[in-house]
Amino acid sequence: MTGVAVTKTPPRGRVRRWSRLSGTSTAVAVAVAGVLALAPEFASSNVVLDLTNLLILVIMAVMWNALAGFGGMVSIGQQAFIGLGAYGTVFLVNHGQHPYIAMLEATLFCGVLALPLSVFMLRLRAAQFAIAMWVVAESLAILVTLDSGLGAGTGTSLIEFNFYEPTQREHYTYWWTLGAAVIALVVVFLLLRSPLGASLQAIRDDEGAAASLGVRVTEVKTVLFVLAALGTGAAGAATLANILFIEPTSIFSIQYTAYMIFMVLVGGLGSFEGPILGALVLFVIQTEFISNGTVYLTGIGATAILFAIFLPRGVWGTVTDRFGIQLLPVGRELVIAEEPPPEPEP
Amino acid sequence: MTWVNVVVQGVLLGGVYALLACGLSLMYGVMRIINLAHGDLAVVGAYLVTVVLDHVGVSPFVAFLAVLPVMLAIGYVLQRTILERSLRAGILTPILATFGLSIAIQNILLRQFSPDVKSLGGNAGALTTASWRITGQLSISAIGALTLAVAVAVVAGLHVFLHRTRFGSMMRATAQDVDSAELVGIDSRSMYAWATALAVAIAALGGLFLGIRSTFDPTAGPTQLIFAFEAVVIGGLGSLWGTLAGGIVLGVSQTTGAQINPQYSILAGNLVFLVVIATRRGGLLGSRDGTQ
Repeated sequence: MTGVAVTKTPPRGRVRRWSRLSGTSTAVAVAVAGVLALAPEFASSNVVLDLTNLLILVIMAVMWNALAGFGGMVSIGQQAFIGLGAYGTVFLVNHGQHPYIAMLEATLFCGVLALPLSVFMLRLRAAQFAIAMWVVAESLAILVTLDSGLGAGTGTSLIEFNFYEPTQREHYTYWWTLGAAVIALVVVFLLLRSPLGASLQAIRDDEGAAASLGVRVTEVKTVLFVLAALGTGAAGAATLANILFIEPTSIFSIQYTAYMIFMVLVGGLGSFEGPILGALVLFVIQTEFISNGTVYLTGIGATAILFAIFLPRGVWGTVTDRFGIQLLPVGRELVIAEEPPPEPEP
Repeated sequence: MTWVNVVVQGVLLGGVYALLACGLSLMYGVMRIINLAHGDLAVVGAYLVTVVLDHVGVSPFVAFLAVLPVMLAIGYVLQRTILERSLRAGILTPILATFGLSIAIQNILLRQFSPDVKSLGGNAGALTTASWRITGQLSISAIGALTLAVAVAVVAGLHVFLHRTRFGSMMRATAQDVDSAELVGIDSRSMYAWATALAVAIAALGGLFLGIRSTFDPTAGPTQLIFAFEAVVIGGLGSLWGTLAGGIVLGVSQTTGAQINPQYSILAGNLVFLVVIATRRGGLLGSRDGTQ
């Protein structure tokens, strides 16, 4: 240490939020949404129904991922909001509301109900939160069963939708679902790019450390909880419009959560694109294997176990980890300009 | 007098819930995880008893002796294969993995045994119908009393095992601080595997009594898991005696609800559970976060 002063200039870096690839793929995503909006013009009735189903799966997956992947809240009771969105629509239509407006209002109601619910639920940790949400869903199902106005245990069908000609109804339901899916995706995208997005990812990685760095964990989690309730409620309302007949045991079924977990785990927990991929995978599996229910569901369960243990980042997470690509730019990339090392002074 | 009967029947019903909840409580106490397939494993136990009964005409209790080692083995292997790996992966992975296991078990059962509702009551002979009539409105069924007695015995047995035996002390040491336990030469993986084996075997015992007292089908597991978990939380996480008390409180809540309207039975239990959660109380005997 003979007084050799090494002046080290910090490497010049900048935060890059867009790359050429992510710019292109975002443009492609917008184009896909545009094509999807026009689908009823050229696609057959069956294709429109299938696409509606797929979009419902996308909404469910994206919302469950927002909850678990970004907020670290694993809920096995999100079917509460599926059922609430569907039965809320039934209730409002029974009281004279226009069906598609009723679907929107039922969706908003899910969000409003989620706010007080979050006060109690967000205190709970891990499995306690998971099961408590399930108890809420089961309780709601029982309450619906007790209400004869909602068809009690035998279920109810929404005859008001029959005022539309079938093709027209399918198209409106499709557009409604597409609108909900696009809004859900855009909101999550903007949320992840906003200053809140960094907090979300900090909570995802280590809640305790995030809190100690000043991230307002409870507020951020509340936002996600309400968002997931809104989106899942929309998926429930769309499910009703798509199948027209619901009963409490099936619409409040834990199978919906099984699907959500499968899609998110396979696609990639905590990534933006993963759940969309997972929804596509589940959609294909459903159309291929639905005739063999027990084998199909055993496979869904077994796949969930394998992905949880061996591939926790899912297909998409593993791909991005390995190749460092990101199609939709929700992250930040630090680009450090290469500089020659500073010459030590003599 | 009606209400005395409601409470007595509730206490007896609580015996089943306590029995189903013991294993859940033990696993939470030792590993801090909730096995979401716990209820399904109880149902697996009940189905295995029916398999034995298909071959030999014995009482379900005798048949259970043959099922017991199988369930212990299932628990041990479950820990060594799925749970051990998911425990290492973080706090959320065990929830996801055991949920997947629950879905898989239900559908394997559906495929293997039909969706028909089954009961073990028909094989249990006079025990299912015997009862002591105390007064005109109050009678205690033999099977109800036996269930509660077995639940108390299991909790007491676990308590003695955990506090009086060397093996139990090692298990508690692992639960308190796994690194320190390893330092003094305890094989924590083995401790975890035996805890799960015990938990699964006790779950099957719960399944046996569930099957004798009422009915079960391949998808009966999730409901039993909810009841068991409610009993654990009402009683206080991490306390075995609390779990027994929680099961009884849940049973009394359900029979009280059913007395008002039969459809309120499960709802009343859920309500008590949600109130316990909402009031930030740590349950009857546990601390809030389950550490003791």
